[in-house]
Amino acid sequence: MRAFTYERANSPAAAAAAAAGNPEAKFIAGGTNLLDLMKLQIETPSHLIDVNGLKLDTIETTDDGGLRIGALVRNTALAADARVRRDYGVLSRALLAGASAQLRNRATTAGNLLQRTRCPYFYDTAQPCNKREPGSGCSALGGFSRQLGVIGVSEACIATHPSDMAVAMRALDGTVETVKADATTRTIPLAELHRAPGTTPHLETTLAQGELITAVRLPRPIGGRQIYRKVRDRASYAFALVSVAAVIQRDGSGRIALGGIAPRPWRSEAAEAELRRGAKAAAAALLEGARPTRENAFKLPLVERTLSAVLSEARA
Amino acid sequence: MPNPSELALNRRDLMVVAGACAALPAMGASAHAQPAPVGAPVLHDVSFEVNGRRHALSIDTRTTLLDALREHLHLTGTKKGCDHGQCGACTVIVDGQRINSCLTLAVMHQNASVTTIEGLGTADKLHPMQAAFVRHDGFQCGYCTPGQICSGVAMFDEIRAGIPSHVTADLTAAVVASETEIRERMSGNICRCGAYSNIVEAMVEIGGRQG
Repeated sequence: MRAFTYERANSPAAAAAAAAGNPEAKFIAGGTNLLDLMKLQIETPSHLIDVNGLKLDTIETTDDGGLRIGALVRNTALAADARVRRDYGVLSRALLAGASAQLRNRATTAGNLLQRTRCPYFYDTAQPCNKREPGSGCSALGGFSRQLGVIGVSEACIATHPSDMAVAMRALDGTVETVKADATTRTIPLAELHRAPGTTPHLETTLAQGELITAVRLPRPIGGRQIYRKVRDRASYAFALVSVAAVIQRDGSGRIALGGIAPRPWRSEAAEAELRRGAKAAAAALLEGARPTRENAFKLPLVERTLSAVLSEARA
Repeated sequence: MPNPSELALNRRDLMVVAGACAALPAMGASAHAQPAPVGAPVLHDVSFEVNGRRHALSIDTRTTLLDALREHLHLTGTKKGCDHGQCGACTVIVDGQRINSCLTLAVMHQNASVTTIEGLGTADKLHPMQAAFVRHDGFQCGYCTPGQICSGVAMFDEIRAGIPSHVTADLTAAVVASETEIRERMSGNICRCGAYSNIVEAMVEIGGRQG
């Protein structure tokens, strides 16, 4: 690990200001992903700003009947919150399907959104990777790509976003609140937080240098059957090959977002319009424009089958 | 028999000395004439409680909580397995919650209260979870055991607190400490000897006793 200086921030705006002036600075909250990457020298910040003391760890009910989830709420606390379990079951399920209990106890809401891909070539510093080393090439395209993306990918990168939580929040129309160095705040729809990789896969979010996520907002509950189904190589503690977050209403309409297949939580209004016609029609609309590799082409039928299982469960 | 830590040179120190001897010839004569490299170590103060005892450290910011416990406080019961949060051998309980001590920095734990395996039980007075592991032969090599036990103890606290898991059928119902629940909740602790069935038996016994 490269040496770094360290400070404990005492307000969100002060944290943002400290990071804005130093492109080599990083925020650290749970640290479960960042420290792992620092040990491998994939992340090499020269300064860490510890945001754990910022008191952004509460879940409040908002005036419009939704929830405001503080950026530092741990994954365990969010999954176990009575309001989340009752009204946003898909979010609780997604969180509990991710990582291990030890990691969920530390990992935060904002950190979960900002975690990096687990593409094996991103992790292997001896291999070219456009995300880690812009312009060096993508080893995954012709390499081991079984876990990697099939849609929304580019010639430069086929990495997936590994979060389960973000997939459920995408289905729930979550928005992200931030603060910048000048203390101004803004709200970003979750749909616009993660960038498409294009030719610049190293640019992963639309956040400015130093911009700090302070909360995630969920609109008022929309009811429905809420299901998170995750297909993976082990029964527990593994990343998704395909996952589906679904909120299905009694009339068969609903929302679906998918994980494990794209560089960001993948939601398609066209697919949702086909939901009442069944999994086959919805999967076809969802996967329009997919470009799998030979190794991960199995994800296309897997998407349809997972969707089919989710729709059956919703009807049961 | 003397306590290993009372021996003049224990196995760990011997390895450290041997490593240093091996490294010396590789250093050029001009090594000391070099300016401090970019990224020279940075020290930072932190103070926290481990097993009820207060410790104040001035420590390299890069030091994980795991390395602080083992290398600075010489509490070597907590084990380093993968050092990447995948195996759970380093599990300790911080402010009542089990975490991977390899994936957190020591300096991030100002005023925290840490419990390691040394704080749960002693050779004379085993923690009930330790005694259950002995009864059920819940280990072979023993390397993952401190992490398994710290993790298991905190797991039952999570169940008592009503925290659901991936296999909890009804998110709004009370959580029961079934074997299925225990297996899912312990998935962050790997045992390469494969003592899982006995580990689960030990934990089921503890869970049954705690109702």
